[in-house]
Amino acid sequence: MKKTYSSLAAREARLAFWMLLPAFTIVAAVILFPVVANFWLSFKTVGLGDLRPPTATVREQVSTAPEQPGDELVLVFRMRNSSRTVPIQRVEVQASLPPGLNPVAIPEHWQLDDSTVTRVYPEGWDGGYTEDIEFLFTVSDAFFTSDVDPRRPTDPQTISRARNPLLSANLTLENFRFVISAREFWTVLRTSFVYPFLGALLSIIMGIAAAQLLNRNFRGQGVLRGLFLFPYVAPVIAVAFTWVFFLDPFSGTVNTLAMELGILEQPISFLSERYYRVELFGLTVRLPLALTVVILFDAWRYFPFSFLFILARFQAIPDQLYESADVDGAGHFRKFFSITLPQLYGVVTTLFLLRFMWTFNKFDDVFLLTGGAAGTRTLPIQVYDNAFGRANIGAGSAAAVILFVLLALFMTLYFRTIREDIDE
Amino acid sequence: MNKTVSPAALVVALIMGALSTALTVGIWSVVHTLSTPHVLEVSIPRLLAIGVATGLLWVVLRERLGGRYRYSWAVGALMSGPWFVFAPSLSPGIAVGAVVAFAVAGRVTAGSLRGIPAHNLRQDHIEELAVRILRTGALVFFVSIVLFPFLFMISSSFKTRAEYLSDPLNLGFSLSQPPAQLFNGYIEVLTRFNFGMYIFNSAVIALATVVLTLVPAILGAYAVTRLKFPGRQLLSKSILLIYMFPAIVLVIPLYSVFTQLGLRDTRLGLLIVYSAMTIPVALYMLRSYFQTLPRDLEEAALIDGLSRFGVILQITLPLSVPAIASVGLYVFMIAWNEFLFAFMFLDSPGIFTLSRGMIMLDDQEVPRQFLMAGATVITVPIMFLFFRFQRLLVGGLTAGGVKG
Repeated sequence: MKKTYSSLAAREARLAFWMLLPAFTIVAAVILFPVVANFWLSFKTVGLGDLRPPTATVREQVSTAPEQPGDELVLVFRMRNSSRTVPIQRVEVQASLPPGLNPVAIPEHWQLDDSTVTRVYPEGWDGGYTEDIEFLFTVSDAFFTSDVDPRRPTDPQTISRARNPLLSANLTLENFRFVISAREFWTVLRTSFVYPFLGALLSIIMGIAAAQLLNRNFRGQGVLRGLFLFPYVAPVIAVAFTWVFFLDPFSGTVNTLAMELGILEQPISFLSERYYRVELFGLTVRLPLALTVVILFDAWRYFPFSFLFILARFQAIPDQLYESADVDGAGHFRKFFSITLPQLYGVVTTLFLLRFMWTFNKFDDVFLLTGGAAGTRTLPIQVYDNAFGRANIGAGSAAAVILFVLLALFMTLYFRTIREDIDE
Repeated sequence: MNKTVSPAALVVALIMGALSTALTVGIWSVVHTLSTPHVLEVSIPRLLAIGVATGLLWVVLRERLGGRYRYSWAVGALMSGPWFVFAPSLSPGIAVGAVVAFAVAGRVTAGSLRGIPAHNLRQDHIEELAVRILRTGALVFFVSIVLFPFLFMISSSFKTRAEYLSDPLNLGFSLSQPPAQLFNGYIEVLTRFNFGMYIFNSAVIALATVVLTLVPAILGAYAVTRLKFPGRQLLSKSILLIYMFPAIVLVIPLYSVFTQLGLRDTRLGLLIVYSAMTIPVALYMLRSYFQTLPRDLEEAALIDGLSRFGVILQITLPLSVPAIASVGLYVFMIAWNEFLFAFMFLDSPGIFTLSRGMIMLDDQEVPRQFLMAGATVITVPIMFLFFRFQRLLVGGLTAGGVKG
């Protein structure tokens, strides 16, 4: 009896395994593996150009061409390693001589069998290796009558064996040193915290206000709810370009309107000025302009996210709470601050951490608005810039590792917080 | 019946009148400025003064008129009189607009004072008024910040450089020009810049992503909710964790490995990445849904001799159509909107998605009109889907919390 049961359980587990396999395979290959690979790459010196394994290349060139049978033909092999940095372990070069091409002298280390010249480099070629080798031939009648290309008579081939540069085990801390010692690193780190912090905060405040506005039944409530989700469902690239255009200093609506109303005397380049000086009570305040605009963009784009969750939470607050407050004679504001806000505590904490984390590793928004210029450079932009702007995959990965470690800290905090939430 | 009006009520009436009038007429002037070539300037102090008068007039007349709101239109329209005295040169259109705007302002003033007595003003009345002011302000604020960028996008897509430079404040565009000229931006973008093909590519990749995400996610979600196996708890928990992994950390290794495998500049490569990014959340959402389905039916079918896959196909799936549609739509939206990987992976124009194609338009040589036409082309399908299936999509958004 027990045996049947356990074999049934084993069958169920086996079935579960097969059903989970497709999802697990894709996720393991495209999410888990890259995270590990990212750590690996951060300890290696890899440039963008090293992504393909190096190859040995040989180009032949006829430097003295024959004009009639009996003439000399001088042929040069120009050989090089396609990578400047990565060595090739073993190289073999082979060329077959066409009929009528008779070698006068074969260079040292080269071998001639039948009509094939071969050279083996058992030690391989270092990164950046180049060598030119000259061959001297005399030609006979057959050379002119055969259909050989007189400018490329031998068609040399190579067989090379090189390790994949991503796999070799020479590890270094150089990438981390490069990232951390960069002049702007600490500024980038500070921006990376300020931007998601204020962006998340502002989007949640706006979300509470919008949810409060729609948290009662009136005509057009459904339409308004749909409308409020617009910024969130629209493609980021479309709305980012729209923002760039209406903030434009020469033809943007915002500048024109502000000047028409007399708020501004001169147009402002909102997305490319690092600071804007404001006179306040005789004090000059430096407002980080581009960063502020990027934060406002994020608040605008993501308030619907907070709005949806907070609205759902509102509708779950029991009516009795408000009814008993009515009996006690509490007004609107009293009810909002004493009942509604405390009820939101859980959802707002969770939302804040979620939004903070997602904005922390958000690349698209800043990249499309400012490209990371004018004091808006965040860690994700730094990752991209190191890896693809500076063509240094290793340094990009190192920045990504720093980002990931910080994110892991937030995640620990997040999962601890939502667990407490559930426990309550 | 006490017909006297208390001083406090007068103060309240004049404040609400001033705010309502300033708001209503202000909106009219902004809409007028943005939709026509003319800037309509209104003097705020005068507007406030007229509003004060409107509020006072209404509170005094209200009870004599039996509190009927239809008279408030007339009171408002009457108050456009003082405005005309000071108003600058007027066209007939503006004059009609002004009368209508002030009539509306009168009605708004009356509405804002609804239920507020002219005497015996209590603290809760004041609070009620403050809430009305805040609500109206918030409504105007949210509607304008949400709508403005989209109106700007659509209007710019119909205007040439000369047109928008001559009056950057004007969001209107002339419908009287021939269609070929009006839709020039769209025609250029769809033909010369190949957006027709990019729409096709985006749609194919997004639809394929939906299939390649749903199949593994449905199987996985079913296994996690209905089958017992070692490590089930751990797996359940780690699904959300994996969903939090940021794309920017994956992009360098994926770029490197996909380059070596020859997958980088291909539709298949992009498809694999999109599926992997959406499988965890799709699995999570479907798991939550499957947990709400009754087990009894499935167990009865199993006892009757139906196989596991028979149960999934004939019982679970038909019951889950709304949830699956919701997840599918949401996955489609993510794949359609995705930018980072499309930007990093695709080099060959033949397989560009719309997001990638948009980058080609971001060039000093390309007029803004074309870029905004492109932005409209990429936005409209997703907005259409969103409105058509709003309930499903909102369900998906709240269940999964689209990563963004």
